[in-house]
Amino acid sequence: MSILRTEKLSLTYGKGTPFEKKAVNDVNIEINEGEVIGIIGHTGSGKSSLVQMLNGLFKPTEGTVYFDGQDIFANPKELRKIRFNIGLVFQYPENQLFEETVAKDIAFGPKNMGLSDAEINEKVKRAARFAGLREELLERSPFDLSGGEKRRAAIAGVIAMEPKVLILDEPTAGLDPLGKDVLLSQIEAYHKESGNTVLLVSHNMEDIARISDRVLVMNNSEMVMFDTPSNVFSRVSELKAIGLRIPEITEITLKLKDAGVPIPAGVLTVEDAFKELCKLINKGGNIDA
Amino acid sequence: MNQIDVKDLVFTYESLEEIQQNICDYVINGVSLTVKKGEFLSVIGHNGSGKSTLSKHFNAILLPTGGKVYVEGMDTLDEDKCYDIRRKVGLVLQNPDNQLVASIVEEDVAFGPENLGVEPKEIRKRVDEALKAVGMYEYRTFAPHKLSGGQKQRVAIAGILAMKPDCIVLDEPTAMLDPKGREEVLNAIHTLNKEHGITIVLITHNMDEAVTSDRVIVMDGGKILTEGTPKDVFSQVELLKKHRLDVPQSTELCYKLRAYGVDIKELPLNIDECVSTLKEVLL
Repeated sequence: MSILRTEKLSLTYGKGTPFEKKAVNDVNIEINEGEVIGIIGHTGSGKSSLVQMLNGLFKPTEGTVYFDGQDIFANPKELRKIRFNIGLVFQYPENQLFEETVAKDIAFGPKNMGLSDAEINEKVKRAARFAGLREELLERSPFDLSGGEKRRAAIAGVIAMEPKVLILDEPTAGLDPLGKDVLLSQIEAYHKESGNTVLLVSHNMEDIARISDRVLVMNNSEMVMFDTPSNVFSRVSELKAIGLRIPEITEITLKLKDAGVPIPAGVLTVEDAFKELCKLINKGGNIDA
Repeated sequence: MNQIDVKDLVFTYESLEEIQQNICDYVINGVSLTVKKGEFLSVIGHNGSGKSTLSKHFNAILLPTGGKVYVEGMDTLDEDKCYDIRRKVGLVLQNPDNQLVASIVEEDVAFGPENLGVEPKEIRKRVDEALKAVGMYEYRTFAPHKLSGGQKQRVAIAGILAMKPDCIVLDEPTAMLDPKGREEVLNAIHTLNKEHGITIVLITHNMDEAVTSDRVIVMDGGKILTEGTPKDVFSQVELLKKHRLDVPQSTELCYKLRAYGVDIKELPLNIDECVSTLKEVLL
């Protein structure tokens, strides 16, 4: 059964004013439990508006969001509980750190869920481990951490509520390559261990290709594709037309394919491209390996 | 004369006392380099490698703890030369929102020359020229907060340009931008370098950006790890990987194939080079 489903979801800013702008238009998606969904689209395409409706921060002007079969806006009093289940990590979440220590900051969410101290403590430790924060950092001030550590501390604050669905809006933006790699591995590990659903908004196509089961493409406030990464990234000309790029390695293999090299479309990682090319080379026998 | 000469630069953020007791961390630990006039130099490295600290020495925002930095022959430690140095070398930072001061684009660009005491007529001319050079002339009467990140960053660059510097240092100018904004800013920087002859020092995380420069310096742990043309630097795949730095996917793929025994002489740096290299091998 699907964990998250939308029906004719639309959002219009400033409806009835001269500044009226449609941010999301008629999005119908169904996301299964345990899936990793990558969301791409250029700036202003409606990605952030979409994910903020999914956890009830924005009320859709039309359409419905169903979490576990239930309309999340049906009962406004229940919305708070929904947000514990659908955790959203904003862009630059480190700007939201505020507590005296990292541990207290992470504990803020679980505390608001009304859990006991023992439970909170356990959740904080678990979340810190998921986010890859060493235990000695927990008693430090969050403002003394490095950029990458701050980011992970902020993410731990959301993970601590153990949401069924974790939504991350550009979690690696502004991190250096090492920081990106570490954070992405942590997200992968979190998904593997918890089995929870993860939605990831990103501009980095290599990241999206690496971790997504399915990729959702937004353009001009509409959903234009929702398919496996191999299928989505094979549609090069369409993606380029809407201002997106595809992973470098995918473009290389597609160009080789066009030139007559019998290599499958939709290769997503250097490792896979290497394996495919090795197969071809071995077949040809022109190698002194 | 070189644009910038750095000789045995040592730098720490800690106090003199700690230096004397020898208990401080050196952010930059013995760096010597030159930036030639008119070149496009990229500096890459991790967070904490010292690259941003280094860039702040190029226009006397930070002063050496040990060693010397010369900008067009002027010692940055010479306080009397400070303003002259900052006129020669302009600095653009990562977050465009932190660098714009006025409520109208053209007023923001005029801020620098106004402070230099330039004639009003000349300011008008410089502002127009600077905005045209970065492709933002049509937006001259806009409010900065209505612009996209890439556009704001180009306004910030125009603000430096209006001061007529010889060299612009950019500290991760694209880190907070989306792919389109990144391309706009990079195109603007390349135009300034090629058509206006301005020396560019680009501090970046992004290997795709470094690949397009004349020369690359790789920083690690406050020291220069390696330097050379993009070809020289990125063909050292093992060294870069060992320090967990990125290599373009094109280069990595061909490096792996070569290690497997495929006959590849020169490692490619971009998609087109990679495709033509592989076509030769496969077809």
